[in-house]
Amino acid sequence: MSLHHVIERNPVVLAVLATLAVLAGTIITMLYPMFRPEMHPKLEGLKPFTALQLAGRDVYQREGCFYCHTQTVRPLKTEVLRYGEYSKAGEFAYDRPFLWGSKRTGPDLARIGGKYPDEWHYKHFENPQAFFPQSNMPKYAFLKERKLDPQQIEAHMKALGFPYTKEEIEALKGKTEMDALVAYMQVLGTAVKK
Amino acid sequence: MAEERFDYSYDYRTVLGFIYSSLFWGVVGILIGLWISIQMWLPETNVAPYFTFGRLRAVHTNGLAFGLGVGAIFGITYYITMRLCKRPLLFPRLARAQLYIFNIAIALAALSLLAGATQSLEYAELEWPLDIGVVILWVMFAINIFGTIFTRREPQMYVSLWFIVATVIAVAILYIINNLAIPAGWLKSYHLFAGVNSANVEWWYGHNAVGFVFTTPILAMFYYFLPKSTGLPIYSHRLSIISFWSLVFAYLWTGAHHLVYTPLPDWIQTLGIVFTMFLIAPSWGSVINGYYTVGQDWEKAKNNYLTKFFLLAITFYGLQTVQGPTQSLRVVSSLIHYTDWVIGHVHMGTMGWVTLTVVACIYYMIPKIYRTEIYSVKIANLHFWFVLVGQLLFSITMWITGIQQGALQKAVNPDGSLKYTMIEIIAKNYPYWQMRTIAGVIFTIGMLFFLYNIYMTVKKAKEKSA
Repeated sequence: MSLHHVIERNPVVLAVLATLAVLAGTIITMLYPMFRPEMHPKLEGLKPFTALQLAGRDVYQREGCFYCHTQTVRPLKTEVLRYGEYSKAGEFAYDRPFLWGSKRTGPDLARIGGKYPDEWHYKHFENPQAFFPQSNMPKYAFLKERKLDPQQIEAHMKALGFPYTKEEIEALKGKTEMDALVAYMQVLGTAVKK
Repeated sequence: MAEERFDYSYDYRTVLGFIYSSLFWGVVGILIGLWISIQMWLPETNVAPYFTFGRLRAVHTNGLAFGLGVGAIFGITYYITMRLCKRPLLFPRLARAQLYIFNIAIALAALSLLAGATQSLEYAELEWPLDIGVVILWVMFAINIFGTIFTRREPQMYVSLWFIVATVIAVAILYIINNLAIPAGWLKSYHLFAGVNSANVEWWYGHNAVGFVFTTPILAMFYYFLPKSTGLPIYSHRLSIISFWSLVFAYLWTGAHHLVYTPLPDWIQTLGIVFTMFLIAPSWGSVINGYYTVGQDWEKAKNNYLTKFFLLAITFYGLQTVQGPTQSLRVVSSLIHYTDWVIGHVHMGTMGWVTLTVVACIYYMIPKIYRTEIYSVKIANLHFWFVLVGQLLFSITMWITGIQQGALQKAVNPDGSLKYTMIEIIAKNYPYWQMRTIAGVIFTIGMLFFLYNIYMTVKKAKEKSA
C-alpha cells in the first residue's frame, strides 16, 4: 500500500482522486444521458400547460400533494388495471420538475384527468371525508377563498416559455386556486389515448 | 495528557454551538415528525393552510437532515479535523460566522416551507434564495476544512479525514447541480431539467444526499470515535482504504433505483440496480472493520456504555445497506416501492445508524470538552434501550404495513379483476399508523433522556469550575 501512503500524506492528491471517483458515476448515469434524445421525448398530443393549469400545478407543488400521490403508472398488470395505460416518457416534457412522487398514501394521479367531473373534484378537495369517510386526506376548502394573481401567473408562464394570450391571463381574474387545481387535475394524463 | 504538550487551544465554543443548535433543530424536527405521524391516522390534526401534512413533511425532513444532520456534521467534523490535524481551525471567526448563518438559514428554511415555498424536489425543497445561503455555508465549511488540513501538524491524514474531504467535494457537486433552476419570483422557481431528465437528476442527487450526508460524514465520526471511546485501534487499515474508495466511487451510480419501473430508460435503471448491489461490499467493509475492532476485546461492550451505541449503530448500517440493495431489485421494488416499507427503511438509517452515531459522539465529546465525566451512565443506558425499542417498533411496523399495502394493491379476484379499492387499502393501514406514533413517542422519550443527561453533565461541570 505504498501508493496509498502517498495519498494519505497529500490532501491535493486525495481531493483530486476523490473528485474523479465521484465524477465517474455522475457523468455516466446523469450527465451523459442528458445529451441523448431518449431523455427528451415528447408525445404528439402533449401540449404545454395553459395559464390556469400551470397555476393549478403551482398549487399542487405548494401543498406538497406529491408526498402522498404519485404521477407515474408502472407497467405492471394490476397497476394498469387500476389506473389505466402505463406512463410514457413523452408525457412529461413540460414537467419542471417531474412530480412522479415516491409514496402512494393515496392513489396515483397520472390518469386522473377526465375520470371524474369538475364538480366531483371541487367537493372532494373541500371535504374528502364526505366521499370516503376513511380517507386521511386534509381538507383543502381554503383554496376556494384564494383568488389567483394573474400577473404572477404570467411571470411563471414567461419563465417557462409557455405560449399564452393576453385574454387567457385576463380570464384568470376572479378565478380561485381551487379552479386552477381542478383544471390541472383534469389535464393530467390526457396526452395518452385511453 | 498529550494535548497539553502543544501550545495552542482548540476553539471548542464553535463546535459546541453547532452541537447545541443541531440538538435544538433535532427536537423541532422530531416533534413535527410525531405530529405528521398523527396526521396519518387523524386528519383533523391538519391545520390548513400552514400545518397540513404536505407542508409539515418537508419541515420534518429538512429540519432533521439539515438542522440536526448537517448541524451535527459541521460541529463534529470540526472537532475531528482539529484533533486529527493537531491544530485549531485555520479561520475560527469564519466558523463562528458560519454557525450564526447556519441557524438563521435553518429558521428561514422552516418558515419558507411552512409558507409553501418549495421546489418539490425531495431533500432539495428549499427555494433558490435559500439554496444560495446553503452554498455559502458549504463554501465557508470547505475553506476551513481544507485550510486546516493543508496546515496540519500531523503528516498522515487518518481515514476520517478522507471521508470528510469526499463529503465536502461530493455535496458541493450534488447540491449545486440539482438546484439549478429558472427563477420565477423571489420564492418560486422551476427545475432547469424537465420530465424524465428532471427525475434522473433529482434522484442522482437524492440518493447521494443519503450517501454524502447520512453516510460518509457519519463514517468519519465512526472511524474516529469508536477507537477513541474504546481505546482499541481500527482492525484493518487496508480494509478502510478499500471501503473508502469503493464507496465514494460506487455511490454516484445508484440513484436510478428510486426510479425502477418509471419511464426512465431501462439501461439507467439496470445500471443503478447493479451498482446498488455492489454497494453492499464497501458498506460491509466498514461494518466488518467496526465489529473486528470491538472484537479485539469484547469486554469493552460490557464495561464501556458507549461501545454498544457504536456497535448498534454500525449494525443498523449493515442491515440498512443490505435492505437497500434488496429493495432496488425489480421484483422487490414492484411490491414495496411507493409503500410505507420505504419509510421504515429510511428511519432505520436515520434513527438507527445516523442518530445513534451522532449521540454517541456527543456523549464522548461533551465530557471531554468540559473535562468531566458523563452525568449518568444509567440514564445513557435507558436512552439506549428506549431509542432501540422505539426505532425497531417503528421500522418493523412500517415493513409489515408496507408489504400489506403492496400485496393488497396487487390482489386480484379469480376473474382477474382487482380485489380492493384504494380506500379499502388505506383503511387497513390505521392500526399500523397508530402503532408508528407510539413507536415515535418511545423514541422521543429516549432522546429526552439523552438531552437531560447532556444538560446535567454541562451543568455539573460548570458548577465545578465556578
